[in-house]
Amino acid sequence: MKARAFSYFRARTIDEALDAAARSGDEARFIAGGQSLVPALALRLQAPRLLIDINHIDDLSGVTREGEWLRIGALTRHCQMLTEPLIAQFAPLLRAAAPYVAHPAIRNRGTLGGSVALADPASEFPAVVLALGAEMEIAGPAGRRRVGADEFFVDLFETALAPGELLVAVHVPLFRANQRIAFDELARRRGDYALVGCGMIATVEQDLIADIRVALFSVGNVPTRARSVEAALAGACLDADRIAAAQAALDGDLAPDDSDDVPAAMRLHLARVLLGRLLGSLLGRLGETA
Amino acid sequence: MSAPLTSLDRPNSYIGRAVPRPNAKRLLAGRGRYVTDIRLPRMLHAAFLRSSHAHARIISIDAEAARALPGVHLVATGPDLAKICTPWTGTLDHFKGMTSEPQLPLPLERVVWAGQAVVAVVAESRALAEDALELISVDYEELPAVVDLDAARQSGAERVNPAVGSNICFRAQLDSGGVDDAFASALHVIEQDFSFGRHTPVTLEPRAIIADYESESGMLTVHHATQTPYQFQDLYSRHYGIPEARVRVIAPDIGGSFGMKLHVYHEDMAVVGLSMLLGRPVKYVADRIESFVSDIHARDHQVKARMAVDAAGKILAMDVHDVTAIGAFSTYPRTSVVEGNQVIRLIGAPYDFKSYRAALEVVFQNKVQTSQYRAVGHPIACAVTERMVDLAAARVGLDPLAMRANNVIADDAYPTASPTGYKFEALSHQACLERLRRLMDYDALRAEQAELRRRGIHRGIGIATFVEITNPSPAFYGVGGARISSQDGATLSLTPSGEVRCAISVTEQGQGTEAIISQIVADQLGVAQEHVKILTGDTEVTPHGGATWACRGAGIGGETALQAARQLKANILEIAGLILQEQPAALDIVDGQVVGKATQKPRLSVAEIARISYFRSDTLPPGTQAQLTVSHHFAPQGYPFAFTNGIQGCYLEVDVDTGFVKLLKHYVVEDCGRIINPMLVDEQLRGGVVQGLGAALFEECRYGETGQLLNGSLADYLVPMAMEMPDIVIDHVETPTADTILGAKGCGEAGTAAASACVLNAVNDALTTFGASINAIPITPARVLKALNRY
Amino acid sequence: MSRAGDLDEADDAVRVRMVVNGRKTACDVAPRDTLVDCLRNQLELTGTHAGCEMGACGACLVQLDGRAVHACLMFAVQADGARIDTIEGLAESGVIADLQAEFHRRNALQCGFCTPGMLMTAHDLLSHDARPDRETIRDALSGNFCRCTGYEAIVDAIAAVAEARTTKASQPAEGSSS
Repeated sequence: MKARAFSYFRARTIDEALDAAARSGDEARFIAGGQSLVPALALRLQAPRLLIDINHIDDLSGVTREGEWLRIGALTRHCQMLTEPLIAQFAPLLRAAAPYVAHPAIRNRGTLGGSVALADPASEFPAVVLALGAEMEIAGPAGRRRVGADEFFVDLFETALAPGELLVAVHVPLFRANQRIAFDELARRRGDYALVGCGMIATVEQDLIADIRVALFSVGNVPTRARSVEAALAGACLDADRIAAAQAALDGDLAPDDSDDVPAAMRLHLARVLLGRLLGSLLGRLGETA
Repeated sequence: MSAPLTSLDRPNSYIGRAVPRPNAKRLLAGRGRYVTDIRLPRMLHAAFLRSSHAHARIISIDAEAARALPGVHLVATGPDLAKICTPWTGTLDHFKGMTSEPQLPLPLERVVWAGQAVVAVVAESRALAEDALELISVDYEELPAVVDLDAARQSGAERVNPAVGSNICFRAQLDSGGVDDAFASALHVIEQDFSFGRHTPVTLEPRAIIADYESESGMLTVHHATQTPYQFQDLYSRHYGIPEARVRVIAPDIGGSFGMKLHVYHEDMAVVGLSMLLGRPVKYVADRIESFVSDIHARDHQVKARMAVDAAGKILAMDVHDVTAIGAFSTYPRTSVVEGNQVIRLIGAPYDFKSYRAALEVVFQNKVQTSQYRAVGHPIACAVTERMVDLAAARVGLDPLAMRANNVIADDAYPTASPTGYKFEALSHQACLERLRRLMDYDALRAEQAELRRRGIHRGIGIATFVEITNPSPAFYGVGGARISSQDGATLSLTPSGEVRCAISVTEQGQGTEAIISQIVADQLGVAQEHVKILTGDTEVTPHGGATWACRGAGIGGETALQAARQLKANILEIAGLILQEQPAALDIVDGQVVGKATQKPRLSVAEIARISYFRSDTLPPGTQAQLTVSHHFAPQGYPFAFTNGIQGCYLEVDVDTGFVKLLKHYVVEDCGRIINPMLVDEQLRGGVVQGLGAALFEECRYGETGQLLNGSLADYLVPMAMEMPDIVIDHVETPTADTILGAKGCGEAGTAAASACVLNAVNDALTTFGASINAIPITPARVLKALNRY
Repeated sequence: MSRAGDLDEADDAVRVRMVVNGRKTACDVAPRDTLVDCLRNQLELTGTHAGCEMGACGACLVQLDGRAVHACLMFAVQADGARIDTIEGLAESGVIADLQAEFHRRNALQCGFCTPGMLMTAHDLLSHDARPDRETIRDALSGNFCRCTGYEAIVDAIAAVAEARTTKASQPAEGSSS
């Protein structure tokens, strides 16, 4: 398990990184935390000729409040989700999901940007970003652009990022006092990829769910919004019947494939169970003041 | 029964004491020296191109580009190594009628499993060797792969070896007589089919070997991560035609082995040949992906079982049929049929009944070879037996613990034999069962279970009784013609400064072999443990011996050390007697001092005796020749095996909506005879239990229809990790074997033997109210949910 | 360090400077050499082990600028300018002496291959959480594979050290003036 030979370039600025990528065509890969990329290289599943290290680009770090958004630099490590006060305050769903991401040492090195850009459909953060309605700030040869999460995740390991473009930051709408979050996953062992996982954020108005975004992972080729579920819950008073209706609606949102150890029907069942539990926990917290 | 050999109050009374392992401190400082760590001058690195097909004919191999790559020293294929290595066949004479194809380091014509090594590259680095692999192309003609066990057994099935008539490696039958009558007369007949997934040992240190052949002297030195250096010394000598005395195998620190590192692997044999072809040291370390497709696998059994039970719940008879799938051939030199053989011989073993019939079929497949892995056969035999006992208990209306109390062989019934012919010297099932009942607070746990069930929380209690085979005599391998020793040897010296050096053939893989040997030597000699140095794992240093497998290190190696120490002590006291003008019988050694036996008063230090003997022999009476080095061998005699026994309990919770199982607590009561170091025994049990728990819930090598291993990585093959494992409560009953002075039996496999059976019973116990039944291992969420009709 | 886009020097050695176990260290590596291979082969720090080379077993954990990371999941060139502490360094400095002693006393290791990684995780955990409960300890160890011990002794040892450190910290230092 030794990677094929490649050249290495440590970029100091975003422009340097983009420039290096532009000059090497399709032969380059950016490396951030590298927690997924390095094994892929070791297994020779990928063999770029140039590795552009973005870990030392200051502009990719930092968490800042920008108006109604929290800007989270792409290099923000998973472990910072657990310690960064601004994330605790304004993006608690990311914080809630972080303990489920792999293991402590992976979280010490893995980055939010890397996870979102890889778009592993079994990973926690892409789904959380989707649930939050975040916007991805992308730098490319043609300048900066922002892409909403609903448009960002395109297909299996495929995102709106074009070759040579770099994910710079994730912008998350600020968490508000009348919002409630829930996150959980069903993984066979702690830190494993989940059989199914789900993150949600609900906006509560007078004990009614004014709005809710529900995203699941490990259910298909991409992190998946459960739009039928959201529709079944929006504007409703959450109770046992409504939860059951939401669970039933989930069948319309998901079409998982059979895998060799998890039949599609089982995954769907687990998704319904998980959704029911999360909505149940939400129900218990609707009246709380944030 | 639990009286210690020597009082722990006496100085140097180490037998029975929980002392830490002296050699563990190195490992804690990162100072371990594993084969993976070793670099020799001019050392090269091997990598192997592996078959992508489960079964195919090799048409041609084009390796020209690889040979031309700078840094590549050798590209070798099957014929290159066949010229210098004689083939091997994994059969043993005492398994009548078994068959297997001859094997070579690299194949000549056919590949027979996906992942088989086909071409070897030796280069200046592992990375360069892997670069070269990408430049080799092999033209294959794909052949039908035998993947499904049932299909493999059909007449007219595609065959793993097209040259022979079937895929059957071996068949065996046992029949005590009276089985049909017993079933005909029984009030209850319980029938159940079982399936057991394929596992693989997953030692954290992968297989590693450095072969260093020096053509000038004809000397082969192999640094080998193995449990059994002497076995490999013999094999390398015979298959490569090197005189045995010129083959040295060194097994330094070993990063886990569990039976996996005592089999012949094609790559390892190839590396020896590659070093001979190059005249340079060649290193090969399997990477984790290679480990999954080349380390032995184990288990993979389908068992049909019947049990006849009378109205009172007394077991009358069992009738079982075990079909087990091995690889494309039987593993060398211990074969791939021992597991099945032990399954059919261990089923029912804890219980008192007379009529037993069993059939075994061992079937070839185009998959990774299977062979002995920790607790060989025991987990299958135990799970089948114990699940059948639970099913019978339910049918009769007895509590599982009561059912077992009614049926285990009584503690006063020994010596006796199992219906399959295993001879039992002395076991303690009844004592262990009662101890477990108290340890678990069984009745309170049942009450808690009932209370929680009313609240919709589904907990299960599982019990599994077991026996374990330890201290094997030559009946295990020797009688079958294998050059695998059941004896061990030790050379014990008093050094000039009065310390003790013990070179012994049992080996250390972390279980604490060196610690317990030093405890025994220090105890028996009467010296401080820190003054005893143990040397293991080098064929050039210690006498020949069986080394470490089948739980023989403490029982056989320990007895070897004990007897050697007593001889050395006698020799020391003889000299002391001459110096002190005393009868040696009136003297003893305590804490490094020769003392008067009656007075216990120090007379002379052992160091002084060493000084005089080595440097001032002129002061000893004429004709005295001090023998301060003794070499001693010990081969087990008496019972062919020293059986141990015990019982385990498991408490767990099943989430009936997700199918997830949470292990809450595990309990073990075990009887391994004389306990030399209670802490090390307990940690052997805990580690063993967790390997069984992993098997119960997580581990399985899954294959696709074309014979590809689907989950061959550490991310996909689920080993047990800390978060999911429970705390394990342990207690002991001590029934020493009378076959040795020491009285110790083995303990390394007991945990694994019964843990998965316990979990199986506990999960079924939790699901009782749903009428669900699971009889397959691993117990995955998919199986639980399926049993509950949840999807 | 290469300039952007130099694709022809993939096999050329690159000089990497790190502070390894407190010492300034320079070594030449190929860009594709992982940190664990560099530590083990170039620097002969063989206490860091490679168990899976994909971040699943924890045997290769080292401290990178004070946090435990997998040395198999980064390339040595990436560590240029970084501070790396391996088991050898932590052992020599004495900062994990109590962990080592308790692992030894409790027999929280068998073959020892996972042990350096276990100690890295334990050290990382206790430096951020002084009083972890058993569940927290097991969670922290969830990426460290041990095939030998069954984990309980390791959990016991870490819990005992946490307890002892807390007790020590809560006692007034001897000779301190009030």
